[in-house]
Amino acid sequence: MAKNDIKVALIGNPNTGKTSLFNQLTGLTQKVGNYPGVTVDKKKGTCKLSTTQNAVITDLPGTYSINPTSIDESIVLKTLLKKDIKESPDVILVVADVENLKRNLLLFSQIKDLEIPTVLAINMVDQMSRKGISIDLTALKEELNTEVVLISARKNQGIKNVKDAIIKCHVAAKASPMCDANYKIDPEYFDKLKAINPNFSLYELWLMVTQKNFPAEISKKEKEQLLSFNKDVSRLKKYQHKETIYRYQEINKVLKKTYIVDKSKATDLRSKLDKVFTHRIFGYFIFLAVLLLIFQSIFDWSSLPMDLIDTTFAELSDFARNNLPMGILSDLIVEGIIPGIGGVIIFIPQIAILFLFIAVLEETGYMSRVVFLMDKIMRRFGMNGKSIIPLISGTACAIPAIMATRTISSWKERLITILVVPFTTCSARLPVYAILISLIIPNTKIFGFYNLQAFTLLMLYALGFVTAILAAYILQKTLKIKSNSFFVVEMPNYKLPSIKNVAFDVLEKTKAFVFGAGKIILALSVVLWFLASNGPKSYKNAAENVTNNIENSQLSATELQQKIGSVKLENSYIGIMGKSIEPAIKPLGYDWKVGIALITSFAAREVFVGTLATIYSVEADDENTTTIKEKMRSEINPETGKQRFNFPAGMSLLVFYAFAMQCMATLAIVKRETKTWKWPLIQLFGMTGLAYICSLIVYQILS
Amino acid sequence: MNTIASLRIGEIGYISEGALEFIPLKLLEMGCLPGAEVELIQIAPLKDPLYICVNGSHLAIRKEAASQIQILKSEF
Ligand SMILES: Nc1nc2c(ncn2[C@@H]2O[C@H](COP(=O)(O)OP(=O)(O)OP(=O)(O)O)[C@@H](O)[C@H]2O)c(=O)[nH]1
Ligand SMILES: [Mg+2]
Repeated sequence: MAKNDIKVALIGNPNTGKTSLFNQLTGLTQKVGNYPGVTVDKKKGTCKLSTTQNAVITDLPGTYSINPTSIDESIVLKTLLKKDIKESPDVILVVADVENLKRNLLLFSQIKDLEIPTVLAINMVDQMSRKGISIDLTALKEELNTEVVLISARKNQGIKNVKDAIIKCHVAAKASPMCDANYKIDPEYFDKLKAINPNFSLYELWLMVTQKNFPAEISKKEKEQLLSFNKDVSRLKKYQHKETIYRYQEINKVLKKTYIVDKSKATDLRSKLDKVFTHRIFGYFIFLAVLLLIFQSIFDWSSLPMDLIDTTFAELSDFARNNLPMGILSDLIVEGIIPGIGGVIIFIPQIAILFLFIAVLEETGYMSRVVFLMDKIMRRFGMNGKSIIPLISGTACAIPAIMATRTISSWKERLITILVVPFTTCSARLPVYAILISLIIPNTKIFGFYNLQAFTLLMLYALGFVTAILAAYILQKTLKIKSNSFFVVEMPNYKLPSIKNVAFDVLEKTKAFVFGAGKIILALSVVLWFLASNGPKSYKNAAENVTNNIENSQLSATELQQKIGSVKLENSYIGIMGKSIEPAIKPLGYDWKVGIALITSFAAREVFVGTLATIYSVEADDENTTTIKEKMRSEINPETGKQRFNFPAGMSLLVFYAFAMQCMATLAIVKRETKTWKWPLIQLFGMTGLAYICSLIVYQILS
Repeated sequence: MNTIASLRIGEIGYISEGALEFIPLKLLEMGCLPGAEVELIQIAPLKDPLYICVNGSHLAIRKEAASQIQILKSEF
């Protein structure tokens, strides 16, 4: 960041289009969605305002006022109270929704009183004629004593004006309070407050009192003085109420002169749609139908592209085999890395369709209706209506889902949601489920039309949700945390999804899925391959020992070769490691190779297939191409002489992957969001313990 | 005593002046002011939460909070 760059902070009510504007200004593609609370963290980007002037723009979570009630909102307060020159914003760009200007101006008036240069951008002006709204812009500028611009972030209109206004506002550096609400309430009281430190505006000092948030420039003595104002809580509350009422009175005065709504011109789609989507009976049915539709489409639409990818990767393997010099390294590439990566790539169609549906749901405004429908139910299980958003988006990935809980103001409800989100079936489980299902469940139809394999997968998703809910119930009963549950959600207008937003969202998430998994698979394959093809003395002597063993004298040459391969693998470093954990997982029906795959899955679940592919490729030195699925099918359990991945072992593995906490990235995020290692460790041991016990029971009953 | 929770779907009321101290600050900031018109738009299937429109804001609030806020029903 250059020294003379203007630091601009985007602040406004939730869902007013701050991130849309941010993306227009900076060219980035941050997530946009039609429900309050999409952005939960700050994000910086740079923007060229003119040929000579650049700006650093910060996108912030939405908030209704500077009095925060949840973590995402308090990020805004912290940004505003910062006095450090490197961080504190030079200009604040308040983004307001034209349709609800009155409420949006409340936050604007608070920010004006902080005496920071402010530009007001009134967004979504493309909706004005439909809603019968007209604005007298010149009068509004005058009344508010501020630069005001009308924009449409979605249609890319008025962005140039925003840039000009920022420069103008920065140069003028004029920052007058809008209404000085406090003085009107109790001049004597607030004069005393202001006297504590004249370097701060009165409203800043007032915020320090009410929010108990003190910047570094406040001395210890001043802090004590400020805290003394905090003693009379009921007075504080009364003044906050009065202040809000006073602000609304001032805003009404301004809007009376400048803002006209002609209700007769307004079209009202919202109430018609709400009658259907939030209907007392149909509401739930529609929600269930939406979920089933998504699930069905994931299957129906993806089978063709998946087959295509499958054959492409088989051809790629053949091509590599024929063109690479023979040797162990090319074995690793052909049989370990290519199938491992292919095992993830093949799921692009399915997860992209899943992401598409989630993005569309988020963009239409339906998500908030689900929050409304589910609040009462979720509350019984110790959560909040808002918890449904993380639980749904957790089907893509638990990490953004855990971040999304920041909008839940009650700590207990938020913590419970964070703890149970990893039970929902994330996209990383899909590759594991799919290959196991194809091995143990016949590809037949039940009830005449429903594919049994698809049905099994549906049941696994259901298992994830039900377990999450039950775990939440238990946590609600056992966690001794007191926190007030408060719930207000704004219901956004229905909107047609913006194709651009949806496309970017799907693209970003899919890219993250593929590259995230791809990198780990590549690195792990190489490490595993090294550990599997090297070993101590017993490894080096394996060939000799097997050949000299009298028991093996009857074997044919190829059988002998196979025997040597497997003995070598068992005596390699990885084999020794695997063998040492085998006793623990044997009762679940797994051998040491599966055990290694379970361990590497802690880096990310989707490496399961790649790990097995790599291990098998080192073991068998065969020339004919077999897919990883066929290899898994032909694995024999030497003790029973039956298939390794038979029904009991496969089911036990499915259950293990459904419950176990095998994602380091999630654990790290939970640590960051809860600020202690306690909760991620409880997740790790609790979930994995549950997985172990349930898999044990499943295997012992079935076998 | 009439509160927001006692409205029927589609019915309109006006938040009474005496309700001020019972309105949580957050709701006040979102437009739930004394004197404002409130319309009950929908009640969730399990009778809670309520979906209201007040001062141009469409909000879902819980019955618990709604039953704290007194209103005057329009007489006609
Ligand atoms: N019609 C219309 N819709 C817009 C405009 N700008 C943004 N939107 C839509 O408004 C919704 C909210 O946009 P976001 O940019 O995510 O809003 P935000 O203020 O960042 O929201 P939070 O991060 O939740 O506070 C999205 O569905 C956008 O597509 C606009 O100018 N016109
Ligand atoms: Mg945003």
